[in-house]
Amino acid sequence: MSAAEERGDARYDVPLTVPGPDAEPARRNGHRRAAAAAAEPTMKAAPAASDEPDTSADEPAPAPRTGDAVPNKPVAKKAMAKKAVAKKAVARKAVAGKPADGPAERGAGDLTPPGPAVADRPGDHWDRKVAKGLAFLRRRLAGDYEVDEFGFDPDLTDAVFHPLVRLLYRDWFRTEVSGVEHVPAEGAGLVVGNHSGTVALDALVLATALHDRHPERRYLRLLGADLVFRMPVVSEIARKTGGTVACNPDAERLLGNGELVGVFPEGFKGVGKLYADRYKLQRFGRGGFVSAALRTGTPIVPVAIVGGEEIYPMLADIKPLARLLKLPYFPVTPTFPWLGPLGMVPLPSKWLIEFCPPIPTAHLRDSADDPLVVFNLADQVRETIQQTLHRLLERRPDPFGP
Amino acid sequence: MTPGGTPGAPGVVVVTGVGRYLGAHVAARLAADPRIDRVIGVDPASPNPELADLLSGVERVRLDLDSLGGLLVDLDVDAVVHLALVTAPDPQQGGRAAMKEQNVIGTMQLLAACQRAPRLRKLVVRSSTAAYGVSFRDPAVFTEETEPREVPRGGFGRDILDIEGYVRGFRRRRPDVTATVLRFAPFIGSTADTTLTRYFAQPVVPTVFGRDPRLQFVHFDDALEVLHRSVAEDHAGTYNVAGPGVLSLSQAIRRAGRVAMPVLEPGLAGVAAIARSMGFGRYGLDQVDLFVHGRVVDTTRLEREYGFTPRSTAAAFDDFIRAHHGGVVVTRDQLATAEQLVLEGIRQVRAAVRERP
Repeated sequence: MSAAEERGDARYDVPLTVPGPDAEPARRNGHRRAAAAAAEPTMKAAPAASDEPDTSADEPAPAPRTGDAVPNKPVAKKAMAKKAVAKKAVARKAVAGKPADGPAERGAGDLTPPGPAVADRPGDHWDRKVAKGLAFLRRRLAGDYEVDEFGFDPDLTDAVFHPLVRLLYRDWFRTEVSGVEHVPAEGAGLVVGNHSGTVALDALVLATALHDRHPERRYLRLLGADLVFRMPVVSEIARKTGGTVACNPDAERLLGNGELVGVFPEGFKGVGKLYADRYKLQRFGRGGFVSAALRTGTPIVPVAIVGGEEIYPMLADIKPLARLLKLPYFPVTPTFPWLGPLGMVPLPSKWLIEFCPPIPTAHLRDSADDPLVVFNLADQVRETIQQTLHRLLERRPDPFGP
Repeated sequence: MTPGGTPGAPGVVVVTGVGRYLGAHVAARLAADPRIDRVIGVDPASPNPELADLLSGVERVRLDLDSLGGLLVDLDVDAVVHLALVTAPDPQQGGRAAMKEQNVIGTMQLLAACQRAPRLRKLVVRSSTAAYGVSFRDPAVFTEETEPREVPRGGFGRDILDIEGYVRGFRRRRPDVTATVLRFAPFIGSTADTTLTRYFAQPVVPTVFGRDPRLQFVHFDDALEVLHRSVAEDHAGTYNVAGPGVLSLSQAIRRAGRVAMPVLEPGLAGVAAIARSMGFGRYGLDQVDLFVHGRVVDTTRLEREYGFTPRSTAAAFDDFIRAHHGGVVVTRDQLATAEQLVLEGIRQVRAAVRERP
């Protein structure tokens, strides 16, 4: 059972220390203003640091080894005097909310050696978390963040969306990701996957897993059906997390900007298929995704996702009800609608995601309007995904295994 | 393109709609340009008193657009700038019927007059990004080539589609006239007074529940600059005029220090109509559609052709905020102070807990 071994060591190669609290998403995305603003208010409190070790000091002023408790406390003093509670404690805890980016300054009597000794004291880790959370809140309330022309809000995506989906894909679905090296490190790429699961959680999982596992932490810009953008709240979330309507102008614009775009050409045919048809790829439509890739010369990265089919196994589709509610299908699963809201909990299937080697298209740029080329390429992508699905399924004999 | 005259600045310019804010400013700006000999402002009504001194260099003619033909021929007019559009129905001036009369019929009459003016060689028409209509299948960013997928519900959007249709017809019949159509994003700035600036000036701002539209603005001064260049230079074609970049509505409201009040979408149009009839604001289906769908345009063509980039949407909005800080509910400093207080509070509590053995 080499498959089992492989699974064993691959199981937790999803990083457990994901970039959540310590990474600086704002800076990565060129939103430096937010990061700078976040540091500012906490700076004010920092000068009061004195009689106790100041672990994550980022106070740039050189105040070396002050032993007394009354050093420079110009700004923070007033604030603290007003509060007049446990000044000592405040001083000790008056650390900045960011990992040290100035010369570390420490109080006398500190036994720990100088250096970025931050994480060894759990309290300061939490303090930083709190400060970071508050700075995030303040940034959100003041509107101090940026969205791109598609409505993508990297600040919110990093702080809220990815952590939530991370819980789902890492802890609930125990997802194993392989072949992430096939996803281009820079420049445009079109990631084409199979769609499944009654509720399209696979798209969210794919986007977050790719972001976490990719060395460049790339964002996957998903293309969604217009139904997604018709629904209030859902449309708002979709846009803020980087999605946009699946149409050629948007796809080509994103690819032209050098983004990584994710599409599911099966659309609702894939999401809404019955459990009996699981892992059978549906028709790929007109192959619009291929012509978008061809027109921009973007490599196509097929990706096979195993596990999505079992989260809400759709046993039947009540078509009249779907028509009444103007939905593409109305699912009946072992738990929905019988258990009411409890039926919305996805079953904890075991997920495998494999990115396949990219299919270059740069040499076919002129053939974007040639239906033969487009269909052939779409078939090639479809075949690749289908075969990879079969291979992955052999590796996973038990859908709900470890 | 201009067989009759020399390319470049025209001698005699007619500006319609000088009784309004935009028209008055454009006319005044053109009059100050030494390359242009005469600027004639046309408006059926006399301008607001505060705009009157702005128009000192402008010859004013009180005229309806249907009797414009004679004027264009008699004065050998080289260029016409059509700005007399009404963006929202005004109950005091006849409501929607008068608005349509002015927008659609007025433009038809103007174009008919232009068609019969042999010396005319330039036409600049103010349009709006509302020309792209609204649909859930719309691409995220409109280029000038994007065709509207659905006819908008709002009156202004429909008028704009009609107006652009008539201009297309005019272009076919008078290919010798350089016709420029400028699709402006909503104006904003320190002085501009529009439906949208009044909307953002309220302390509590209604929004559509579950929607956070992407908005773009163009700074009023940049709009003036583009209009001026359209008259003084030759730029045939249709151009999007907007500040690069995007603000989401929630973000704009927060930056302005206002409070958003989400309202459920069904029935919102009805509420807006009732509010309108009671004299609160002039929101209609145009605004509701904008606040559901948002609207973002590509300005590459403008930047390339005009060699001019309007200030970004965020910068234009900042300028507006600076001028309208009166109704601010939450300021940035307050937020920073609150953050500081909460942080210190949490630190004190945690320190106290830890010190207790």
